[in-house]
Amino acid sequence: MSALEIGSSFLEATVRTATPLALAALGEAVSERAGVINIGLEGAIIAGALGGTVAAGVLGVGGGFVAGALAGVLVAALFALFTIGFRADQIITGTAITLLSLGLTGTLYRTLYGASGVALSIPTSGALVIPGLSEIPLVGRALFAQPLITYALYVAVPALAWWMQRSHAGLALRALGEYPEAAIAAGVHPRRIQTLAVLFAGAMAGLAGATLVLAQAGTFVEGMSAGRGFIAIAIVVLGRWRPFTVAAAALLFGGANSLQTVFQAMGWTGVPYQLFLAVPYLLTLVVLAGASTRSAAPAALGRRPD
Amino acid sequence: MSSERIPPRVRHWLSHVVTVVLLLVAALGLLSLLLVLTGHPVVPALSALVRGAFGSYYAITSATLVRMVPLALAGLAVAVAFRAGILNIGAEGQLLMGAAAATAVSGVMTGVPSLVAIPALLVVGSLAGGAWAAIAGALRLRFGVLEVISTIMLNFIALYVTGWLVRGPLQEPTRINPQSVSLPTALQLPVLLPGTRLHAGVLLTVIVAAVLWWWLRTTASGFRLRAVGANPLAAASAGRIAVPRTLFGAFALSGVLAGLAGATEYTGITYALYENFSPGYGYTAIAVALLARLHPLGVLATATLFGALQAGANAMQRDAGVPNVVVSVVEAMLILLVVAADRWREHTSQQRVPAESSA
Repeated sequence: MSALEIGSSFLEATVRTATPLALAALGEAVSERAGVINIGLEGAIIAGALGGTVAAGVLGVGGGFVAGALAGVLVAALFALFTIGFRADQIITGTAITLLSLGLTGTLYRTLYGASGVALSIPTSGALVIPGLSEIPLVGRALFAQPLITYALYVAVPALAWWMQRSHAGLALRALGEYPEAAIAAGVHPRRIQTLAVLFAGAMAGLAGATLVLAQAGTFVEGMSAGRGFIAIAIVVLGRWRPFTVAAAALLFGGANSLQTVFQAMGWTGVPYQLFLAVPYLLTLVVLAGASTRSAAPAALGRRPD
Repeated sequence: MSSERIPPRVRHWLSHVVTVVLLLVAALGLLSLLLVLTGHPVVPALSALVRGAFGSYYAITSATLVRMVPLALAGLAVAVAFRAGILNIGAEGQLLMGAAAATAVSGVMTGVPSLVAIPALLVVGSLAGGAWAAIAGALRLRFGVLEVISTIMLNFIALYVTGWLVRGPLQEPTRINPQSVSLPTALQLPVLLPGTRLHAGVLLTVIVAAVLWWWLRTTASGFRLRAVGANPLAAASAGRIAVPRTLFGAFALSGVLAGLAGATEYTGITYALYENFSPGYGYTAIAVALLARLHPLGVLATATLFGALQAGANAMQRDAGVPNVVVSVVEAMLILLVVAADRWREHTSQQRVPAESSA
C-alpha cells in the first residue's frame, strides 16, 4: 500500500471508531453540563447494542437504531430514578447500573441466541458513499464514505453547540451545572431539566451501542461496549464539555485506536501499540491538570441535586 | 423489647446485617424471577448456586474463599478511600500495577529464601499500587483534578501497560503466549490446606482487615482520616487537621491495599501476569465496600458473600445452564436495594421527629 492509501484508510478507521465515542460523549456532555456525571454510561451503551440487535432482526436497521436509543433511555431512566428521584450518590448508582446492564445483557443474549452465540444475521447500515466528495484525496473516504449515523453527527454537533450556547434551555442547563442555587432562584426546575439531560445522554449512548452492532461489528458480543462509556467520560473532559471540542477529542481517541492498523500495514510489528492506546488517556490527565480546565468543568458536577 | 440493653453501635450494626440479609433474599427473589423469565428451572439453578459456593469442602476453600481474597483486599482499598471522602474508582488499575510490579521483581528473586522473597514481592506490589494511586492524589491536591475521572484514566493506562508488559519486557522466554513466565514454587504463597487452592493470602487478608479496623477506630491518624472524610472544612478549622496531607495519605494507603490485592492474587493463584489478569475485581470491590458500609470487618463478610456468589454462578452455569454473568445482576441489585433502603430510612427518620427507633 502507498503512504496515501495507508493514511486514507487510517483516517477512515479513525472516523468510524470515533462515531460511537462521539455519540456517547455528546450525550454525557449535556448531562454533565447539568451537573450529573453518569458512570452508568457504559451500561446504556451495551443495552443499546443488545436492543439494536434484537430489534434490527425484526424491524430492520432503522428500527434497530430506534430500539437502541430506547434501551439506552431505559437504563438512563433507572439511573435518574435513583440519583434524581432518590437523590442517591451518582458514582455508586452509576457503578451499579453498569454492572446490572453488563450482566443483564449477557444473560438475555445467551438466553435468546444460545451460549455459543450463533452467527446472527443482522441487517447492517453500510457506508453511504457520497459521489465526488468521497474522491477527495486522503480525507474523502474518511468523511464521505461512512454510515448514515456518522453524517447525522455532522448535523448534531453544530446543532447541539448552538442549543447549549444560544437557547434558553441550554442556558438553564448550564446554569444548573455551574450554580444550581442561582438557577433555581431564577425559576429553573432542577429535577425536570436534569432528568431530561440524563435521558438524552441515555438515548445517545444507546445510539452509540446500536452503532457498534449495526454499523460496525454486524453482530452482538457480550461486553462489546468494552469500556467505551468510560472513554466517553474522558472525551467529555478532554473536550471541555463543548460539542465541537468533544467531537475533536473523540477523533483523537478514534485515531489512537486506529494506529494499530497503520503499524500493521507498515510492518512495524515491534512497536508497542498498547502504549499508543494509552496516549489519549495520558493526554486527558495532562489537560485536566492544566489550570484552564478547572474553570471549564461544571462547578456543581457530581453534587447531589437538592 | 430489651433493646436498651444492646449498645447503640451494635444495634446499628445488627439492623444493617438484618437489612443486608433481607435485601439478599430480595435479590435472590429477583434472580428467581429473571430465571423464570429467561426460561431456566429455578430450583435446580439456585441449588447449584448454593452447592457451588458452600456445597463441599473444596467449594468453600477453593472457590469461595479464594475469590474472597482479592475482593476483600480491593474492597478494603475502596473502603479506606471512601471513608476519607475520596472516590477511588481506580482499584482495578492499582491492583494491576501491584501484580505487574511483583511480576517484574520476581525475576531477580531466584536464590532468595522464600521467607524473605515472598513478603518482598507483596511489599513491592503494594508500593506500586500505592504509587499508582498517589498519581491521582497528586493530581487532585495539586491541580484539583477529580479523582473519579483521573482514576478511570489510570485504570485504562494500567491495562495497556500490562498488555504491553506481557508482550514485551515481561513476556515468557518462548514469546508464544502473551503472559509472564510461571512463578517458581519457592516464590508462591504456601497452600494452607493440602488438596485445595486455599493459600496463605486468606490469613493475610483477615489480618489486614483487623488491623485496618483497629487503626481507623483507635488511632489518631485513623481518626484524622475519618474526620476529613466526614467534613474536611470542620476537620481543618476545628480539628486543626492538615487536610491535604491526610488526603494524600489516604490515596496512597488505598492504592497500597489494592496493590497488595494484585500481588497476592499473583503469588497465590495465577502465578503469572497476563492481560485479563483481573476479571474486574477492582470494580466489584466498589460494591463489596459499599455493601459493607465501608467497615473493614464488614468488607470481609461482603467479600465472602460476593466470592460465594461468583463461585456459585460458575456452578450454576455448569450444572443448570444459567449464564454466569447473571451474578453481576444480583450484585448490582444488591447495591441498588441498599441505596434505596438507605434513602428510605433517611426519609422516614426525617418524618418521625425522634430519630432513634428500636428497629
